[in-house]
Amino acid sequence: MDWTRILSDGLRSGLGINAAVYALAAVGLNLQYGYTGLMNYGQAGFLLVGAYGTAVTVDQWGLPLPLAFLFGIAAAVGFGLLLGLPTLRLRADYLAIVTISAAEILKLLVNTRQAQGLTGGPQGINGFANDFFEWNPIAQGRYGFGAVKFSHRDLWVILVTWALVVVVTFVMRRLVHSPWGRVLRAIREDEDAVRSLGKNVVAYKMQSLVLGGAIGGLAGIMLVMDKQFVEPKLFESALTFFVYALLILGGLARLMGPIAGGMLFWFFVSGSQGFLIEAVDNKFLGIHHVLQTDDIGPVRFMIVGLLIMVLVVFRPQGAFGSRDDVRLR
Amino acid sequence: MSGANESTLSSEVAAARAALRMVTGEPGVAKPDSILIADGMQRNFGGLAAVDVAHLEIPRHAITALIGPNGAGKTTLFNLLSGFDTPTAGHWSFDGHQIEGLRAYRIAQLGMVRTFQLTKALNGLTVLENMLLAARDQTGESLVGAFRPRKWRRQDAEHRTRAMDLLHRFKLDSKADDFAATLSGGQKKLLEMARSLMVEPSLVMLDEPMAGVNPALVESLLEHVQGLRDEGRTVLFVEHDMDVVMTISDWVVCMAEGSVIAEGTPESVAANAEVIDAYLGRVAGES
Ligand SMILES: Nc1ncnc2c1ncn2[C@@H]1O[C@H](COP(=O)(O)OP(=O)(O)O)[C@@H](O)[C@H]1O
Ligand SMILES: [Mg+2]
Repeated sequence: MDWTRILSDGLRSGLGINAAVYALAAVGLNLQYGYTGLMNYGQAGFLLVGAYGTAVTVDQWGLPLPLAFLFGIAAAVGFGLLLGLPTLRLRADYLAIVTISAAEILKLLVNTRQAQGLTGGPQGINGFANDFFEWNPIAQGRYGFGAVKFSHRDLWVILVTWALVVVVTFVMRRLVHSPWGRVLRAIREDEDAVRSLGKNVVAYKMQSLVLGGAIGGLAGIMLVMDKQFVEPKLFESALTFFVYALLILGGLARLMGPIAGGMLFWFFVSGSQGFLIEAVDNKFLGIHHVLQTDDIGPVRFMIVGLLIMVLVVFRPQGAFGSRDDVRLR
Repeated sequence: MSGANESTLSSEVAAARAALRMVTGEPGVAKPDSILIADGMQRNFGGLAAVDVAHLEIPRHAITALIGPNGAGKTTLFNLLSGFDTPTAGHWSFDGHQIEGLRAYRIAQLGMVRTFQLTKALNGLTVLENMLLAARDQTGESLVGAFRPRKWRRQDAEHRTRAMDLLHRFKLDSKADDFAATLSGGQKKLLEMARSLMVEPSLVMLDEPMAGVNPALVESLLEHVQGLRDEGRTVLFVEHDMDVVMTISDWVVCMAEGSVIAEGTPESVAANAEVIDAYLGRVAGES
């Protein structure tokens, strides 16, 4: 058993692009669900809209990438408004149903033959991210420590995405500690109480949904910058649930929750994958009798799922949450 | 407030109360100066007419008690008037504004603030945060204003002074930094009432404010309610305890089975045969 390999697999992933993208998506979801109590089960849809908005803008109209980023985010804002308008006046569960359905519909829609001219259908779009890598100031080479190394290309995307996570987290800190954030936390508790005090609850919920969705859109953009192509399969509903899982792992309604959660989640996913590969190869504890190399992909998520269940039982507040907060709610 | 203004105010309140005593006590009677006027209010739940009030006026600068047996429709009427429920039919106006169809938060902004029979203290916020939340016109409450911390911190500090004053009045000041969840049921009622005052309402609507409040506190609570009137506010409150009603109210409205069956001064309503019937009938029916 090569334990350093297992550990460095975990670390590479915990610091890598997936962790950063998921953390960014989770910052948005944390605002919506953690602070405001909005059940957005379609965060994957917001990532999709941001990603396709950017890719299509470059691919179809040849506009420069920075402008395309703005288009992608604007599309996510529009998506948020569209979902919020009919649902935010209704009971909380309506938003949940509408967001999850809308995300699924979008994924099917970009896949259709009719949309193929614009979205490339199942083949997707590529070649729109070239400029992003031309901006890369990092000299060619491999960077890191021990077995945890990244190419200059990967390091560039990773650094930009983590930098975005940090910037957005600072913005969140401003917001959630302000009177605006106080209204959101109050809405999470009891909307009617907040209404009775003269606050326009629907407008606040809309702002939270749209802002969180725009951050999700940004996460989608960075996801497809890394891949250098976009296809419908990247935006399965599982993505949304992974983001929920890592948010609970890191601590709901905590500023550091998404960051800690993103890192821990991907550390465990890749660490358990590394562990299983090593264990099967080395016939460790007889695991090779029950598991073949092909099974490892799904089984690692089962292990992470179990870890989360254990965590919810023994530490419901997540890595960064405070126990009081969980009890009081 | 200057002394001159205060004395004008107190003579205004006294005049309003004196004028009210001249009004004949009968359901739907007009008042010399009404802050809230409702017409043809109806709310049906399936076949049940929970509220069916032909005409009701709430007199300004007075304490009006809304009484009636359980299920009479008092809470439903509160919900309708404050925009938390939509009537089957009806018009109503507050302080000269036609407010039917307005959303609840707009009605509150106009100065008509209600509390809830089932307390809605915000448990995950501290007692002080509950109070600060309710202040009006906060810069930091908007998405843009949130990025002007110097401005909103100064406002918060001003509001904190007023909030601590109110908390002191309601004997909650020592709890200011505790989560509202740690309060007793009665204390939550008090917090909800104090919080509604942060909105600086001209009409305060309290749904069973004394229910569950420590009896030792009730007396001072009654003084606060009278204090609200003497500050120039109008109070409408739902109450079951007839002693309380007799002690502090200037006017009493009695509902039964959705309609107003009597109104008048506390003495006249207490002596009203229909009112006694409604209560006794209910008690007899229940046993
Ligand atoms: N949401 C509702 N759905 C159905 N019936 C209701 C609802 N709210 C109140 N009612 C009924 O309307 C009547 C009046 O209730 P309520 O206004 O709560 O009375 P009160 O506050 O005077 O005790 C009761 O018979 C009650 O059961
Ligand atoms: Mg009631």
